[in-house]
Amino acid sequence: MSTGVVKLKRREFMKYGLAAGGSLTLGVGLAGAAAAAGTDSAKANSFVPNVFIRIDKDSAVTVIAKHLEMGQGIYTGLSTLVADELDADWSQIRVEGAPADTARYNNLGWGAYQGTGGSSSMRSGFLQMRRAGASARAMLINAAAGAWQVPASEITITKGQITHTASGRTATFGDMAVAAAAESVPQDVVLKDPVDFVYIGHDVARVDKSPKVDGSAIYTQDLRLPGMLTALVAHPPRFGGTVKSFDASAAKLVDGVTTVVQIDSGIAVVAENFWAAQQGRDALIVKWDESHAFRGSSDDILAQYRALASQPGKVARRDGNIEAAFAAADKIVEAAYEFPYLAHATMEPLNCIAQVSERGCELWYGAQLQTGDQQDVAAALELDVDKVTINMLYAGGSFGRRADRNGGYVVEAARIAKAVGSNRPVKLVWTREDDMRGGAYRPLNYHIVRGGIDATGRITAWQHRIVGQSILTGTSFSQGPEVVDRTTVEGASSLPYAIANVTVDVHNPAIPVPVLWWRSVAHSHTAFSTETFFDELAYTLGQDPLALRLALLSHDKRKQEVLRLAAARAGWDKPLPKGRGRGIALHEAFKTCVAEVVEVSANSDGTFSVDKVTAAVDCGIAVNPDIVAAQMQGSIGFGLSAALGDEITITDGIVQQSNFDTYPVLRMSQMPRVDVHVVPSSADPTGVGEPGLPPIAPAVANAMFAATGKRYHRLPLQYTAQS
Amino acid sequence: MTKLRINQRDFDIRAADDTPLLWVLRDELGLTGTKYGCGKALCGACTVFVDGQAVRSCTLPHAALSGKEITTIEGVDSEESRAVQAAWLEIDVAQCGYCQSGQILAAAALLARNRNPSDDDIDHAMDGNICRCATYVRIRAAIHRAAELLA
Repeated sequence: MSTGVVKLKRREFMKYGLAAGGSLTLGVGLAGAAAAAGTDSAKANSFVPNVFIRIDKDSAVTVIAKHLEMGQGIYTGLSTLVADELDADWSQIRVEGAPADTARYNNLGWGAYQGTGGSSSMRSGFLQMRRAGASARAMLINAAAGAWQVPASEITITKGQITHTASGRTATFGDMAVAAAAESVPQDVVLKDPVDFVYIGHDVARVDKSPKVDGSAIYTQDLRLPGMLTALVAHPPRFGGTVKSFDASAAKLVDGVTTVVQIDSGIAVVAENFWAAQQGRDALIVKWDESHAFRGSSDDILAQYRALASQPGKVARRDGNIEAAFAAADKIVEAAYEFPYLAHATMEPLNCIAQVSERGCELWYGAQLQTGDQQDVAAALELDVDKVTINMLYAGGSFGRRADRNGGYVVEAARIAKAVGSNRPVKLVWTREDDMRGGAYRPLNYHIVRGGIDATGRITAWQHRIVGQSILTGTSFSQGPEVVDRTTVEGASSLPYAIANVTVDVHNPAIPVPVLWWRSVAHSHTAFSTETFFDELAYTLGQDPLALRLALLSHDKRKQEVLRLAAARAGWDKPLPKGRGRGIALHEAFKTCVAEVVEVSANSDGTFSVDKVTAAVDCGIAVNPDIVAAQMQGSIGFGLSAALGDEITITDGIVQQSNFDTYPVLRMSQMPRVDVHVVPSSADPTGVGEPGLPPIAPAVANAMFAATGKRYHRLPLQYTAQS
Repeated sequence: MTKLRINQRDFDIRAADDTPLLWVLRDELGLTGTKYGCGKALCGACTVFVDGQAVRSCTLPHAALSGKEITTIEGVDSEESRAVQAAWLEIDVAQCGYCQSGQILAAAALLARNRNPSDDDIDHAMDGNICRCATYVRIRAAIHRAAELLA
């Protein structure tokens, strides 16, 4: 835990400026003219590059959030850090999304790149945002000391009130905003001792709760700019297809359709509103060139992967000597696992508003990868990167989808806006069907795991082979073909158990189906194979699966703790009636450890239900325990959706699912009771948005084994009642 | 041209008669609290009240609704809806929030006909409203809480 005096690095020295309207602005002291947060007062102020905090005369504290709010609660989380160190009252807090500005708003865990993902926002911003708050607090105190002619050390701030007790003077932040702007920036800031936290570690209300309950929250789908048009795109029905020719005459007859234009990715139908655009697209006739289109099937891909899995792959981990261990083994167990393509199916389908003018390209949407999107749009439109500006809006879910490959739908919106011209903003909307059939998916994966047990009953060998498409290849995140793709093997290569001989290897075949990170990325499948296979070995050895996990984790107290906590709260040792079963799974992802215990009922009519989930999580300091619990509940539901029903299949190049009738995502009646227990911790925060997902599917499968005596090796689970 | 009564106000609608109510609300009237999620009445994000009944506006041609009382999230103000919204705030249900207007109207409709719903009643009434953030645990808790507030 970092506490006490923190020496700021030179580049982090903060500067104040007095904004128009009496705002106190605070940020990293880089000269420049980029508008911050899109506010009028900020835009009028030449001192505003890279502000994190703005304090207005009415004492409103506006936190400039550099991460996308897509439901994970990061606007609240970042504000909590600022408010605590600033000693603001929670009611003073406002939040604005930061503009795209890599130099100032980069993700500190990602180098020179602004973006949100990998459950990284809180762990990368924990000290940065606290320092921003602490520095502002020090300057307010210094301003008050000057105004009142008293020592700064005698001034306190509590819940937004500045007080000098001896003289009985008090002031608000707004009272001191002008004076504080003239104060010099402290070179050292003292961060609070965790025992003094008033918001961090306590539940504060989400800053976005009211607009999300009264319908006033503005998502990209809701924003209407003057003169704005709506565009839908006819994409090729098969991946890799292109436009051969098209006939727009009928489309143009639809009332409200203004333009039909060919772009790189298909034919855009542009109209005055969504309904006209959709009617127009329905009337459009396109002939596709499918000479280079993918015409395979997901079954073909799986068969290809099975064949590949018989050959050694690129080694991701090698401990000891797996060949010798298997040669000496008394017993060898092997299992093969199949995982389908998965759609993200965010409730708000993909969309982006773009306007192209002589000033450049301005975008309005929920950006997840600002830096990449800026670069990709700039390249597509032949603009300088700084001519691509981004205005942040709420995203109606992402789960990775809005972090698109090479600009994806964002570039598409920009190309349409450029083609339309006339300075008119264009809102690109992917319909639900476009979204489900157009990619990009969690990759289909095939795993083989082999375990060796020696004559004394020890697990001596663990060999894990994964075949699946690389997510990174072809993106700016690729580290080259010689580097093992962590987005395929993470969670498998990090097998935590004390096993002497371990090999994990991987094949990344090239398949022309677009793939993408999907909530928890590779952990979404590696946790399933590792944790169900471990369970299988435990039963093979006649050992309790919890006890064996604990025994092989004596080197890792943190994982033991979450296992023990989940098991204790779930009543691991209590017997269940026939037809019911209990299973456990453990996984570390994004530096957070989660154990989940699941209870299922396997019914004689062929149905089964997941009745109860007990989760224990160690995510370091839980900045907002209620949001941590919400993310665990949500991750469990998202993972359960994939465990129970989600599957994208392809036949003759055509994606077979198109909407929620054929892609049955989790509904209310399938959602189990979920109890979340957070391990108390004083360690710096680790990831929260994704780590709850990986253990759920294996815990369900292990519980189903306990209930039915049958192992489940593919997702979604297919249960057939025994007659 | 169709006359519609929405949130206790009268509107002359310009859109073609087959335009679903959802797009009249959103694109013509700027009432964007009602969401597009699937366009096929499969997800519940577009739920509104027509004469007090929760319906899916994305597949409902608006011209058939003349003379009916339409209520959206922006105008909803029943005893049940106020309790539901208060419970939603208290329990911090929303994550991304996109489906929540529909969830709230569906929950208010449930409470209007059943002031003390069981978990099974809730599962049955709310199964048509998808939440990909899986806030279901809290929706269930918030409906029970709203029932308490109404008692």
